[in-house]
Amino acid sequence: VTVAVNSGMAHLSDALFTTAIAVYTLAMIGYAAEYAFGRRGRVATTARAAAPAKVLVGAAGTSDSRDSSSTPAEIVAQSTDAGRPARRSVVGERFGRIAVGLTIVGAVIHASSIAIRGAAVDRVPWGNMYEFASVVGLIAVVAFLVSLAKAPQIRYLGLFVMLPVILTMFLAGTVLYAKASPLVPALQSYWLAIHVSAAASAEGILMTSAVITVLFLIRQRYDKRIAAELPVRFPTSLGSRLPEPATLDKVAYRTVAFAFPIYTFGVIAGAIWAEAAWGRYWGWDPKETWAFIAWVIYAAYLHARATAGWKGRSAAWINLLGFGAMTFNFFVVNIVISGLHSYAGLN
Amino acid sequence: VTRVVRVLRRAWRRLISMRTALVLLFLLAVAAVPGSLLPQRPLNPTKVTAYLAQHGAWGRFLDRLGMFEVFGSVWFAAIYLLLFVSLVGCLVPRIRLHAKAIRAKPLPAPKRLERLPEHGSFETTATIEQAAATSRAVLGRRWRVLRRDEGAGVLTLSAEKGYSRETGNLIFHVALLAALVLIAIGRLFSYQYNFVVTQGSGFCNGVVPDSTRLGRLAQDGTISPAPFCVQLEQFTANYLSSGEPSKFIAKVQYNKTVDAANEPATITVNHPLRIEGDRVYLIGHGFAPKITVRMPDGTTREDVQAFIPRDPTTLLSEGAFKEYGKQRANADIGIEGFFAPTPEDTGGGVITSVSPEVNNPILGIFIYQGTINATGVPQSVYSLDSTNMSRTGQASLQIGQSVKATNGVTVRFDGWVPWASMQVSHDPSQDYLLIAGIAMVVGLIGSLSVRRRRLWLRITPGASDDSSSLTVVSVGGLARSDSGNFAGEFASLLERLEAAVGPAPEPELVGAGRE
Repeated sequence: VTVAVNSGMAHLSDALFTTAIAVYTLAMIGYAAEYAFGRRGRVATTARAAAPAKVLVGAAGTSDSRDSSSTPAEIVAQSTDAGRPARRSVVGERFGRIAVGLTIVGAVIHASSIAIRGAAVDRVPWGNMYEFASVVGLIAVVAFLVSLAKAPQIRYLGLFVMLPVILTMFLAGTVLYAKASPLVPALQSYWLAIHVSAAASAEGILMTSAVITVLFLIRQRYDKRIAAELPVRFPTSLGSRLPEPATLDKVAYRTVAFAFPIYTFGVIAGAIWAEAAWGRYWGWDPKETWAFIAWVIYAAYLHARATAGWKGRSAAWINLLGFGAMTFNFFVVNIVISGLHSYAGLN
Repeated sequence: VTRVVRVLRRAWRRLISMRTALVLLFLLAVAAVPGSLLPQRPLNPTKVTAYLAQHGAWGRFLDRLGMFEVFGSVWFAAIYLLLFVSLVGCLVPRIRLHAKAIRAKPLPAPKRLERLPEHGSFETTATIEQAAATSRAVLGRRWRVLRRDEGAGVLTLSAEKGYSRETGNLIFHVALLAALVLIAIGRLFSYQYNFVVTQGSGFCNGVVPDSTRLGRLAQDGTISPAPFCVQLEQFTANYLSSGEPSKFIAKVQYNKTVDAANEPATITVNHPLRIEGDRVYLIGHGFAPKITVRMPDGTTREDVQAFIPRDPTTLLSEGAFKEYGKQRANADIGIEGFFAPTPEDTGGGVITSVSPEVNNPILGIFIYQGTINATGVPQSVYSLDSTNMSRTGQASLQIGQSVKATNGVTVRFDGWVPWASMQVSHDPSQDYLLIAGIAMVVGLIGSLSVRRRRLWLRITPGASDDSSSLTVVSVGGLARSDSGNFAGEFASLLERLEAAVGPAPEPELVGAGRE
């Protein structure tokens, strides 16, 4: 027995983790309330009332260089004349603010949980799947809060960020949970801090991109059905309060463009570490193979967005495919397929 | 002939198109999938054999397709080679174009700037010369600016920035190609030798390794392994109370050449010993039980043999001792057994191990007499082929205990030493590959974050016969890449230009002047 685990701190970290989930859940309820009662107008209904449906289709297909101006603020502008009672928007506004406050509180508790876990075991707090999932969740929340500071109008979309984060954390706390313990020799390297933090950051950001892409597809389908005067059911009906498809598409692209170099760096850092730990920089270990597959798919996404006939829907599906490969790499490859990266801490 | 050329040219165009590249990227991703779901020969040959045995015709079919060696298969190579060619075909003209674009002058201003996605204008009391000079200064060094005289006193400024976006993109792709070439070179020149070394013994590079993986040139002897030797002085494994390993340390002595002096070194899991172009790794470890055997003819033999861990968490290990007696006399003694570092009786005398730490270990053995290796087929050192032997005894021994078999042979369990499996790796291209990797990331960052922008200013003088008529600066902008929020960028740029070029006179005055 060499390294001791501070069990008091480990328990505190676990308690904070659970508290963070609870606070995030409250925040999500707040965002949901704002989404339901908020002043973000029902775009299509408004537009349909004001002008023929054609306008909407036109708006969706605005040229690439132009659409950067069509922020959700325009949607607000479009909907101001919808005749929505003012009281309801005030209620929504209040819920939204409370939700952001709760998200910040939750993120602080979450970050403390991770930091204390690290202190309890005296190492970086991302040595197994539970810890990794927790860090990815925190990065997604922080990424959302940072975007919120830059573009306050996206606040009501918090619902769609919190949902996957809470889901991930719930899985982390139940299925993936591993007791605080020191690292096995293979993980005792400063590359753990570099390689895994790059991977976690990229995955957190790409998760946000996937959420935005799903919203894009919903909104696009919504627009199409409204234009064709077809009935709209859940979840397509969510599209009524979403930003314009072109905006969503662009934000999804920018998040991938931001995350892709980080992801590439993460893979290269992994190769450097593998050279020191396993005697070769690349060996087609299942984890490496799936990292390669996800990387190739995201590369295809970036290319597709510059290729006529692949923009929009096709590119969006490629984005989701990439996220699917990454999720597969995290859950299935770690738990089901055995390889050198089997550090799940699940036995 | 011209038709053939035309068809070829069309095929080539199609190959280097983005669409083809996209399809090839997808194929590459899909082709890699079976490599992770099916066992692979280079990674785990025994698993492949087991899979083949289990799946019969289906397994043989997959094998014929190369599914157990995906990353060395013809079709995988075909995809990435096509992608490689497609990339080269796409990059060469792009490099040429970009070299031209870097030297080219910014395009003349379009006739009607207000048709551009972003546009605006303001008035100023400054002269056209002043306005042009100040605007030039506001744009600063990041913009490449060209001044043109359109006649009738009208000046235009054409400005462009963000050339490094394409530069970064090209750097990334060229580095990617370089990386592929370097990987191929590395595989050609590489070698890998694995040795199982019991504490107190050693190995010399390339000499009777336990297993090898050699590149083409090492196989045909064009390159030979570096002549160094390593002696394992001490191996230590530390464990937590939970049985999880916490530290593996190999203390070694090595000499770079046969005549060189010994130097001490410590090898741990993440810290290989680097000897010039070679690296020595600590890959695995296990136990080597020591026994003393009294042979049928009365002589005694001391032996120590590495046992292979069968359970990675408890290190319950298996192995064999082979003591050859007088030939053709059925006098060979074979012993197969297991080593339980921390033994536990699971009931009915079945012993297993509960921890990888050594605590009153037990060596369980079966003793055979007969002819070892009667067929002459090479056998694993870790198992015993007992077909031509008969069992003469069995026992579970603690250190110091011995057992007497029915044929008078005695076996004593003397103790154990640790062994380490060490790997020598050689790949001369990997340092260059790292440089290519860094270039890829740098290129990507440039390619995805630099914003490509075009801006035009048209500076029109006021009417010469009317002193109250002002100079008009109209500005138009075009985003040539997706990144960033160009509308915002343009608005703030316009604001800065307006603030610097000229305080427009009071609005009332302007109004008065016009009427």
